[in-house]
Amino acid sequence: MGIFSPITALANPARFSAFSARALPWLSGVTALMMALGLYLGLVVAPADYQQGETVRIMFLHVPSAWLGMMGYTVMAAASLGVLIWRHPLADVAAKAAAPLGAAFTFLALATGSLWGKPMWGTYWVWDARLTSFLILFLMYLGLMALRSAIDEPSRAAKACAILTLVGSINIPIIKFSVEWWNTLHQPASVLKMGKPAMDPSILTPLLVNALAFTLLFVTLHLAAMRTELVRRRLRTLRITTASAAPAFAPEPAE
Amino acid sequence: MIGPLRAMLMRDLALASGGSAGLGLVFFLLVVTLTPFAVGPDLALLARIGPAILWLGALLATLLGLDRLLQADHEDGGLDLMYLASAPLELMVGAKILAHWLTTCLPLVIAAPLFGAMLDVGPTTSLRVALALLIGTPALACLGAVGAALTVGLRRGGLLAPVLILPLAIPVLIFGVAACDATRDDFAPLGVLGGLALGYAVLGPVAAAGALKLLRD
Amino acid sequence: MRLVAEALSVVRGGRPVLEGVSFSVGAGGALAIVGPNGAGKSTLLRAIAGLLPPASGSVRLEGVDDEIPARESMHMLGHLDAVKSGLSVIRNLAFARDVLGGEGELLPALERVGLARLADLPGGVLSAGQRRRLALARLLAAPRPIWLLDEPTAALDAGGQAALAGLVADHRAKGGMVVAATHAELGFKDGDTLDLEPRT
Repeated sequence: MGIFSPITALANPARFSAFSARALPWLSGVTALMMALGLYLGLVVAPADYQQGETVRIMFLHVPSAWLGMMGYTVMAAASLGVLIWRHPLADVAAKAAAPLGAAFTFLALATGSLWGKPMWGTYWVWDARLTSFLILFLMYLGLMALRSAIDEPSRAAKACAILTLVGSINIPIIKFSVEWWNTLHQPASVLKMGKPAMDPSILTPLLVNALAFTLLFVTLHLAAMRTELVRRRLRTLRITTASAAPAFAPEPAE
Repeated sequence: MIGPLRAMLMRDLALASGGSAGLGLVFFLLVVTLTPFAVGPDLALLARIGPAILWLGALLATLLGLDRLLQADHEDGGLDLMYLASAPLELMVGAKILAHWLTTCLPLVIAAPLFGAMLDVGPTTSLRVALALLIGTPALACLGAVGAALTVGLRRGGLLAPVLILPLAIPVLIFGVAACDATRDDFAPLGVLGGLALGYAVLGPVAAAGALKLLRD
Repeated sequence: MRLVAEALSVVRGGRPVLEGVSFSVGAGGALAIVGPNGAGKSTLLRAIAGLLPPASGSVRLEGVDDEIPARESMHMLGHLDAVKSGLSVIRNLAFARDVLGGEGELLPALERVGLARLADLPGGVLSAGQRRRLALARLLAAPRPIWLLDEPTAALDAGGQAALAGLVADHRAKGGMVVAATHAELGFKDGDTLDLEPRT
């Protein structure tokens, strides 16, 4: 109950708006500071890899993006439960706002992964299990966003997207398993393992700082996107009421 | 006479920018993604069949928007406006096809080299694929419009139209894929492809408008 | 200018819907097509507009330049209002005007049908009556001499019906013609009435 009370206190969209308006400037400031620190640690302090050289620094962008790509989907899955079970007014707003963010971070993970792959594999893209899984995650995000944009009525869109998100989240482990099985089937051993050996603290610390900075960035952007979405919904309601409140035929002007 | 055509083009572009434009692109990416699962992630093999995969993906993706091309206007009465327009119906349909090509086919052309890189298709071949798609997709769009016009108002038109169109698209596929072959240094397949595109650019709007006129009710 | 139909017959779905319909409307004239459901009122309007081919007989315009196709002299307001929900009210009207080749001003037309305040709202939020009014605004934005109106008062409130009568009166005063299929009394002054026989 103790955990839920602050959340239920924010259940009211108006209270959420007031809270997020106060929190956003602080969050943005902290995010900017952490991003700067992460950049400094990643680009200056962390040592270059003895095998991969300077390109290893892409990791500080790639790993947090990948982590947030997955977190975005987790947020959406949780919000979808909120939509379907608790019918929470903000849950769908949270789910909708998280989709483009998750997709963007997943895309960033894919793009950095492929840039990283060029020096390592000699080509921008290999059908390696991890990259491929992320590509599928990216496609699932796009499908969700397409479904959302295809349904005009927000409450119907909310339910449809929630169901698809949950079906997807049940499927993700199955997809992950099958993709890995498929990959080992075709490529017995020669895949390069990334980040498997224990990491040196000189790399781990910048990585964790960057991960934290990116998570803060996600939270900030998510809050801002939720506020935008709330405004957009208010505008939609306003437009509908304006149309229905419009006067009957205007008194006829003279020709 | 230009006014109605421009209005038609601009309206369809405005309506497409409201959402559905990216769907064909996502479908294209899905086809490209699914192939390695079927044939295995061997890059040498993928590079060899890459142009064919890209063409198949693009061909299927052009079919996606077809069910709304004329059906949406049939459902809301917009077709009546087109019939009474102060420009011939053939040209009005042509304007719609152009809008359809710009919103669903052109993104495929632009994305083809990028998706080609995922299949390890070399830059030269990738650019040839894009060029062949640039010339070939207008032909596909025109054929598609005929299918859309024939199935307007039918309950299962969205499924029927691809079945009607795909056999007719085989020549475009044959010469399109042939034009991507980087080992050839002549441009004969590209020439045939261009000829097909020009021919269908005339046939498509005329046949589609004819179908609309004869089948309207 | 004269709109003349001679012994017009139309077959739909293998079934004759209209047989031997004749009428003529002169400049400034009005014709109300009345009759029970299924008598073929909508079919007749669509046949006049050229949207349905006649099985026999003919529709023609007399006393006009033969160069201009007949369809470019006609407005057809069917059951469907051709309003795109993704476009604003004024862009919907601008599209219809440009497609029909008209040069009328948009805002005054919207003003006349009482939609000026909603000009920038998306078409999707309009009620059925408001969509019908937007369709009526097309008549003003793209002036054409012949108006073919299919149940024009459907979904309109009393004020809307009165204003429609005003639009029709103005149009006729300028020499336009109106052919309307209707259940309701449209209040046409000295117009003709064509009573279609019910058929089964």
